[in-house]
Order: sequence, then C-alpha cells, then structure tokens
Amino acid sequence: MTALVTETKKPMAMAKWQPEILAFCCNYCAYAAADLAGSRRMQYPANVRVVHVPCTGKIEMEHILSAFEKGIDGVLIAGCLEGGCHFLEGNLRAKKRSEYLRDMLDQIGVGRDRLRMVNLSAAMAPTFVERVKEIVETVESLGPNPLRKSGAP
Amino acid sequence: MIVASPKPVTELKQLIDRHKKVLFVGCGTCVTVCLAGGEREVGIAAYATRMARKLAGQPVELEQVTIERQCENEFIKDLAAAVERNEAVVSFGCGAGVQAIAERFPTKPVYAGLNTNFLGILEEQAVWTEKCMACGDCMLAEFGGICPVTRCAKHMLNGPCGGSTAERCEVAEDRPCAWQLIYKRLSAIGQLDRLEKIQPPKNWSLAWFGGARKLVRNEHRV
Repeated sequence: MTALVTETKKPMAMAKWQPEILAFCCNYCAYAAADLAGSRRMQYPANVRVVHVPCTGKIEMEHILSAFEKGIDGVLIAGCLEGGCHFLEGNLRAKKRSEYLRDMLDQIGVGRDRLRMVNLSAAMAPTFVERVKEIVETVESLGPNPLRKSGAP
Repeated sequence: MIVASPKPVTELKQLIDRHKKVLFVGCGTCVTVCLAGGEREVGIAAYATRMARKLAGQPVELEQVTIERQCENEFIKDLAAAVERNEAVVSFGCGAGVQAIAERFPTKPVYAGLNTNFLGILEEQAVWTEKCMACGDCMLAEFGGICPVTRCAKHMLNGPCGGSTAERCEVAEDRPCAWQLIYKRLSAIGQLDRLEKIQPPKNWSLAWFGGARKLVRNEHRV
C-alpha cells in the first residue's frame, strides 16, 4: 500500500490529480464480478486497486484506517448481496463496521463519503463497473485525501 | 466485569492537545472483553487520533502498549520505560486503571481514554447490562438472585412500585421490572415466602454514598 501511494505522488505534481481508490472485494461476489467485467472487456477507471479478501467480514477497521492514514483517497468495500453471504453474515458485519468507520472518519476530518460499502453478486459485472465509477466521481469531487497535504507518510 | 466504552475521537484529540508524544495504554482484562480498551481498540484509537491531529496541523507521535491489568502495580511497573519516553499517558483502562497509573507515575499527566460505565455482564454480542452497584452489603439471597438495588430504578427493597406496566419499568420501556423478575424467580424456586418479610432500611454507609471505600483483610496481609 505504501508503494502504491508513493508511486502516485509523482504524477500528482506533474499532471491532473487522479484519485487512488482501494476496493476490498469479496472472493465470492465482487472479485468474481470484477473478473467478469475484465473478461467482458468492460471499461472502468484505472484508479481502483482491488484487494482480494475472503469475505468483507474479514476486513478489519484497522485495514481501512491504515489505508487512509497512508494517503489513499477513497475506499470501496464490495460484498455479497444481503442474505447472500457465503459465510452467512460477514457482509452484514462489514456494513455495521463501515457505518461506524464513516462516523469516525467524519470526526477525524477525512470525511465519511470517502468510504462506501456496496453489495452485488458475482454475475453483476455492470453493477461493479457502475459502483467503481460512482466512487471515483465522488472522490474526484471531494479532492485528494487531506492527509496527503498534511504531510502524511 | 467492569464495562466501559470508548470516548469519541474528537474528545481524545482534545484530551492530548498540549502534548506531542503520548503513550496509549490498553488493558488486557475487563475492557478487552467488552471491546473498549484492548490492544485492538487502542490501535484503532491511535490511528484515528494520529490522523485527526495531523489534519489539525499538530502531528502527534503515539506509542501503544497493552498490559495484562492496569489496576495492579505488578503489571504497571513494566510501563516505566515507556512512560518515561512520552510526555503523557492515555489509559484505556477503567477508572481504577487510570488512577492506578497516575498514582504510580506522579509527575506524568495521565488521561482517561474510555468512559467507565458499570459492573455488568454480556447479554448478547455487543450488548451489556448492569447487574451490580457494589453496595457492599449483598442481599441477593433475599431476592432470588436478582438485585433490586441495581435493577430497580428506585432501588426499592420492598417492591414493586405502582409504576411498572406490562412487566416493564416505568422509567425505561426497554428495561424489565426488577420486582417482576424477583417474583417470577422466587416462584420458580419455591421461595415466595421470602416476600412476606419486610426488609428493614439498608445500611447505605457501606455503599459508595458513604464516600470512597477501603477494604482491608488482615488474614491475607503480609
């Protein structure tokens, strides 16, 4: 993650700023949907780096906070449709945690809108592309992670 | 178990606003079990506080350590070197832990990172309820194991009051009437006759109302 953020610092100074988004994708839905989008040659912004997770319930709050501290501009959590979790309720737990974190991000000053959780199934490649475009647009309108300006590592 | 809850990030940030190097100390006992002040919670609080301070233009260096029990000097003494290295300490223990650390390091500012709530139990995942007020004169035997001192909003020893409706306390709708619970429990164990006894006034001087308490047990002193 550090390498990813450092890498993006150079083009930021030289060209138009491009947001860096981290997408935590569940193995049983969003990761497969992203894969399907790729097989179908669907285009989506290249700003998104996918992190493959076994279930969104496995994403700890520390992972997301650490990403923001290191300067990531936005985080997308993509899990299964509600009721469709392979582990029964991992996505429901992720939903509660992401809501808690969104409040915390407001208190920190980073802003809740930089973190979003979405639900989709493995067959919903167009939805995946749409959600990715949406978060890129949202983060673009918000601007860079303020921690970058504040001398984040 | 002592139940506590985390303070908001904004408050944590404000607590240490005059310091640049702070030690966050977690406790591995009660507050770890109630998901408020264990190693992980301290980590989350540190991420959040560090980011909030950076955004306020006042970066802070945070060191984190979690000890087994903050309420015992035997464990606190291991903190000496870390406390020495930092300007201040934020204790993520209960109120007893915070004060134990403050007493051990008299020249170091020590702040509370949690709000200590009550003595209680885990009802279900992430739901805790108060069960004991530590009144110092336990009467649970008289009431079938259900404490009216803690669980009746009016602390009634000769209840119930006239306000309970549909087995619920009139003070809070989501709270069962302690006296209804006592009646059911005494019926179930065949000891309803206990309710015929009028309870005399309780000796409240043993409870907190008489000021901070001290317990000395000579048989265990060395």
